[in-house]
Amino acid sequence: MRIVCPFCGERELGEFTYLGDAKPVRPSAGGSEHDVFDYLYLRDNVAGAMSEHWYHGGGCRAWLKITRNTLTHEISSVEPAAGVGAAKVGG
Amino acid sequence: MKYSIFSLARAAFSGHKNWQRTWRDASPKDHYDVVIIGGGGHGLATAWFLASEYGIRNVAVLEKGWIGSGNAGRNTTIIRSNYGLPGNTGFYELSMKLWERMEQDLNYNTMVSQRGVINLYHSDAQRDAYARRGNTMRINGIDAELLDLAAVKKMMPFLNFDNARFPVQGGLLQRRGGTARHDAVVWGYAHAASALGVDIIQNCEVTGFSRDANGKVTGVETSRGTIGAGKVGMAVAGSSSRVAAMAGLRLPIESHVLQAFVSEAIKPLIPNVMTFGAGHFYVSQSDKGGLVFGGDIDGYNSYAQRGNMPVMEDVCEGGMALMPMIGRVRLLRQWGGIMDMSMDGSPIIDKTPVDGLYLNAGWCYGGFKATPGSGLVFAHLLARNEPHKEAARFRLDRFRRGAMIDEKGVGAQPNLH
Repeated sequence: MRIVCPFCGERELGEFTYLGDAKPVRPSAGGSEHDVFDYLYLRDNVAGAMSEHWYHGGGCRAWLKITRNTLTHEISSVEPAAGVGAAKVGG
Repeated sequence: MKYSIFSLARAAFSGHKNWQRTWRDASPKDHYDVVIIGGGGHGLATAWFLASEYGIRNVAVLEKGWIGSGNAGRNTTIIRSNYGLPGNTGFYELSMKLWERMEQDLNYNTMVSQRGVINLYHSDAQRDAYARRGNTMRINGIDAELLDLAAVKKMMPFLNFDNARFPVQGGLLQRRGGTARHDAVVWGYAHAASALGVDIIQNCEVTGFSRDANGKVTGVETSRGTIGAGKVGMAVAGSSSRVAAMAGLRLPIESHVLQAFVSEAIKPLIPNVMTFGAGHFYVSQSDKGGLVFGGDIDGYNSYAQRGNMPVMEDVCEGGMALMPMIGRVRLLRQWGGIMDMSMDGSPIIDKTPVDGLYLNAGWCYGGFKATPGSGLVFAHLLARNEPHKEAARFRLDRFRRGAMIDEKGVGAQPNLH
C-alpha cells in the first residue's frame, strides 16, 4: 500500500499512522450515555469502501481523509482533513 | 476410528494404505438443536464439548470453506496462560489445563509441546512489570518464574547480549506454555466431534438468519439451503461483524490483518517460545526446523488476508535485534489472517440481544491458545443459557458498564491492543 499525500506526493505506508473509521462523530457535551457508548465502542467494521482518518506523521504531519477498500486495500481518494480532531466534535 | 499403538502397527503392516477418514464430511439436515457457524478450532471445539460434556449431539458445524482454513491454520501455534487481569487469568489457565489433556480427551495427536514461553525484559521497569505479572499468575495457581540474566544466558546462549540499547536483563518464564500443531487441533476436534454424531458441513456459507415473528432466530440461510436450529452460535472471529450484521447487530470490534512468517528449515536452535520485550517479536521453531514468528498487526482495518511491508520490516528488525545471526536465514513464507480486534483487547462470549443467537468473538490475536477453553465455555453458554464461571467477565455489555478487561491499558483503540 502506498498513499498519495495531497501535499507530499506518493509515499510509503510506514510514514502514515491510522486513526480509524471517519464516520463516528463525538457527541456534544449534552449527548446521551447511549450516544457516547456508540461513539466510543460500536463500529460498522465495513467490508468494502470505507472513509478513514490517517496521519502523515513521517511527512507533512497533516491529517488526511482516505477512502480505501478494506477487502482489497485499494485507495480511491485522499483528501486533506484539516482539524480532524476538532471536526470530530459534533454540534 | 480409534488411534492407538495397535492401530498404528496394523496400518504399518498394510503399508499405511488402509487409514480411514478421521471425520465424516456431512450434508445438512433440516434441523439441529444447535448450529455453530464457523468450522475453525473454536467452532469445532464448541461442538465437541456440547456433545461430550453437555450431552447435546444433534449439532452441526457450518464452514464456508474447508475446516481450519481461516485463522486456525494461520497462527503461530503458541499456547500459554500468562495473563495478569481478573477474567483472563482464570480463563486462559482453564484453557491451558485442557491443552494438557487434549490428546487423551480427543484420541488425537495434536503435538502439544510444553517447551516453555519466555518473555524477555530489557529494563528495570519492565522487570518490575513482569515480576508483578508473574506474582499475579502464581497467586492464581499458574506457574511462573522470573529469570535473571545468568539464567537466560544459560538457557539461550545464542541471543545478542551486547545490545547496548535494549540489553537483555532476564525474562518471565512459563514452563507449561509452548506450542501445539494448529491443523491437528482442528482435525482432532473434528475427529472426536464427528465420532459423537456432530455434522461437519463444509462449503456451506451462512447468508442470513431465519427469524420468527418475535425476532427469535430459528435457523440460518446458507449456500446449501435453509437449516433450522434451536440455537445458533457464531464462532467466526475475523468476520464477526459481517455475520452479526445479518442479524442487525453492531459489535465493539474492528477487523485487522495480522501477518505471520516462517523461515527455511535450520538445525535446532530455539528451545522454547520467546518474545522480545523491546519491540513486538515472538518466535518458536517448528519440528520441521522453520522459525515461526510474528509481531504487530498492520494497524488498519482489513478483510484482505494479506499485509504490507512496513510490518514485515518491523518484525524482522525485532528478530535481528535479538538474534543477529538469523539475518542470513531466508524467509520461506509469509501470510495474513483477519483478527477480531475488540475495543479492550479481550474476547466476548455471550448471548446477543437477538434471542437464540450466541456470540463467540473478539479474540484479537490470541485466539489459538484459547481454543479448548473457548470451546468449553461457549458450549456451556449454549447448553445452560448462562455463562461459564471462567467466562463470566467476557460479557458483551461490559463496554457499556465500563468493565473493560484491557491488559495493555490503551483504551478503546483496537489497533493498539
